[in-house]
Amino acid sequence: MPVFYGTEVASPLMLGTAGYPSPAILAEAFSLSGAGIATVSLRREAGGGQDFLRLVEGLGVRLLPNTAGCHTAKEAITTAQMARELLGTDWIKLEVIGATDLLAPDVFALVEAAGELSAQGFKVFPYCTEDLSVCERLLRAGCEVLMPWGAPIGSGLGLAHPQGLRALRAAFAEVPLVVDAGIGLPSHAAAAMEMGFDAVLLNTAVAKAGDPAQMARAMALALEAGQAAYHADPIEPRQMAVPSTPVIGKAFLA
Amino acid sequence: MKLTINGEPRDSVAPTLAALLEAEGLTTARVATALNGQFVAAALRAQTALAPGDAVEIVAPMQGG
Repeated sequence: MPVFYGTEVASPLMLGTAGYPSPAILAEAFSLSGAGIATVSLRREAGGGQDFLRLVEGLGVRLLPNTAGCHTAKEAITTAQMARELLGTDWIKLEVIGATDLLAPDVFALVEAAGELSAQGFKVFPYCTEDLSVCERLLRAGCEVLMPWGAPIGSGLGLAHPQGLRALRAAFAEVPLVVDAGIGLPSHAAAAMEMGFDAVLLNTAVAKAGDPAQMARAMALALEAGQAAYHADPIEPRQMAVPSTPVIGKAFLA
Repeated sequence: MKLTINGEPRDSVAPTLAALLEAEGLTTARVATALNGQFVAAALRAQTALAPGDAVEIVAPMQGG
């Protein structure tokens, strides 16, 4: 099971809490999938915050607040400070958004914010790209986990740059790696785990499925299968056929 | 005095951030606060004075991915 900042989490599934048809279905998705971490945001209190807090604290999972929607390091840092006080955790999913259409990370502001938050004692989970230089700088800034995107948030496209993700796994063998965002199907989640990723963070693929709880369960099963496959050391792909049935001993019947 | 509370222009007589939360009925609610873009810890709200034109943010945990 994944270990983040010295804490082992019960499942490689990290599940968002947004966009479910109802609070009851959200809770069912967590219970059927066994997800180990729930992400939450901070938003202006308009009456619903206290009920939501009771709901997510009742899930029995670790909470990971995010800085979603922040476009500058300053905004993200202030949001993280508010989240730490509210939820009593120094874990923060750090999002600093650059290109709005793609909700792509602003990697420059991300590195800046990661350094400042690490200095303030936060345990930063950066939503980043798979760029090796960016990831190296995030590690130097104090991050002990990396969360490259699979594809743009909410797109459901899966792993848009699998080779980049494989390179990241190879480059940082000891660093916990999470594919965050872009997952649409269990097969996408399984593919990330087959590469040796430690966890997957997803939200829309479950929350917007026709049956969110069953999709959450399917994701958990896929993660388990992908992880088992990684540890079982898959074969190398090749271009031409190799008979699996022995050739020796075949009757001559021509 | 005129304040901006969670993006809305408002009138308030609350001298401090703690008094403002009380006037908003949020004394016992679990919320976090920021004043003019800077985080204000709960323990510092009572000594954080408000001035005309201040922008106050009051947030709570919500759905997120």
